[in-house]
Amino acid sequence: MKFSNIKYLILRRITQLTLLFLYFAGNAWGWKILQGDISTSILFGKVPLSDPFALLQIFATGAIVGVNVLIGALIITLFYGIIGGRAFCSWVCPVNLVTDAAAWLRRVLLIDKIERKVWISRNIRYYMIVIALIVSAITGLAAFEVVSPITILNRNIIFGIGSGLGLIVAIFLFDLFVVKNGWCGHICPLGGVYSIIGKYSLFRVKHTSENCTLCMKCKNVCPESQVLHMIGKKSITVNDIECTNCGRCIDVCDDDALEFTIRNYINKESK
Amino acid sequence: MGEKKEKITPRRRFFTDIAHHIGLGAMGVLLWGGYATKAKSSPLTLRPPAALDEDDFLKTCIKCGLCAEACVNRPQNIDKNGNQKKGTIKMAKAEDSVTIGTPFFTPRDVPCFMCEDIPCVPVCPTGALDITKVTNPKTNELDFRLMDMGVAVVDVHSCIAFWGLQCDACYRACPLLDEAIKLVYNRNSRTGKHAFLEPVINPDVCTGCGLCEKACVTEKPAIFVLPRDVAQGKVGDHYVKGWDKADQQRAKKRKEEDITTHDERSKKKPLDYLNSNSLGL
Repeated sequence: MKFSNIKYLILRRITQLTLLFLYFAGNAWGWKILQGDISTSILFGKVPLSDPFALLQIFATGAIVGVNVLIGALIITLFYGIIGGRAFCSWVCPVNLVTDAAAWLRRVLLIDKIERKVWISRNIRYYMIVIALIVSAITGLAAFEVVSPITILNRNIIFGIGSGLGLIVAIFLFDLFVVKNGWCGHICPLGGVYSIIGKYSLFRVKHTSENCTLCMKCKNVCPESQVLHMIGKKSITVNDIECTNCGRCIDVCDDDALEFTIRNYINKESK
Repeated sequence: MGEKKEKITPRRRFFTDIAHHIGLGAMGVLLWGGYATKAKSSPLTLRPPAALDEDDFLKTCIKCGLCAEACVNRPQNIDKNGNQKKGTIKMAKAEDSVTIGTPFFTPRDVPCFMCEDIPCVPVCPTGALDITKVTNPKTNELDFRLMDMGVAVVDVHSCIAFWGLQCDACYRACPLLDEAIKLVYNRNSRTGKHAFLEPVINPDVCTGCGLCEKACVTEKPAIFVLPRDVAQGKVGDHYVKGWDKADQQRAKKRKEEDITTHDERSKKKPLDYLNSNSLGL
């Protein structure tokens, strides 16, 4: 395997694990690089970063919050909204490590070829957002935050292992045996929120159909394969909001038909 | 028999689709809401200092753990060899009977040491730990005496001081020495020549730090901290200290309809009452 086939995969793993290590060090040794956890962090002891969905749920409960968390959520929303798109899911989220492992094992064991396929809608995540906000408003408790495998796994790594890890194993098994990319690609409302936030973001994957040999490796590896509808047909950027900018399609492509690019808003025709 | 085949009209499809979505949505809200309601009820939880009332705290806390990190990493949290000790504030795991991800403490493991600079409170990004609750309005400085995590309670049957043994472990462990816990002297009539030194808590001063619970010598602590609304009763407006001017002011605020002795039973004639059973039913 050539390095160019795993370049972004390795970069992503380094990013994810470095962030988890910095979070861990923030609690264990008091490092002031990245403190807190994935719902709200303090960068370099100064800059707040907050999960916009967690804040939205807190608003739904009717609580009044401090200014730090508002600034933090604004920074995150602007970053992914302008630059990153849905990159949180593939470059930051710890559950991505688990679900990618399940997806990899699924490919290795040829489960898709053997197992009876279960179909569920990829839009469940958007319904989950609405339901989470309704439940938050009714119960007065940020509803997704008490079941979120993302923060549960994150806290298990930072503050010590607990039985919440069972939920992570359950998601692994769900993704492995029930639905391909079941959690991240169908259910997770946080992924839905970042999809919506990143609708107009600049950082995009671009397809050059002239180079494409229709090997379909990219579609096979993509966790949101429906976003690659232009493969072999049109030379355009992947503008579907569910693309996580993970770069796996670019990795596996041996024909230079996919690359990262900045979305061209100003001059659409000259592309 | 030639049963007529039901035709799926666009209208039928439209309404079925709506029912489908509403039905699934309602199912989600009910299941999820049921779990969230259950997850919320943890009445015996002790929260970090300056926490909002439990309901508001659960709404506001974003579960970031910055308070717990400030607690464990405070410079004075080291043992004699310079190694870091466990922090007071823990983040609830799935197996704790506390809403998952929220900060709490268990005094018998690690009590709150009532740091003068209260490092856990100012770091809270959402205000779930409300700094104004521990800020002295006169000096505008942090004041650990204003902390209120709970209140200590003594089980007088398992407290050996109430047996007549001399023990003042809790009294001496208290950071507000001789204020939050006082030793009340009573004559020991069993021996006829000794005194009981009974620890009695002043709930107006006690912050619920739990240093007494940690210090208690009995196998399972005879003094322990409970959330204030669990540990304390409320007199209500029916009873007033006639000898206390301030308490009489409290009684003046009560409304007339709140103190009436008339109830459903008053509608009946006294004779009916006498002829019915003793409960007046």
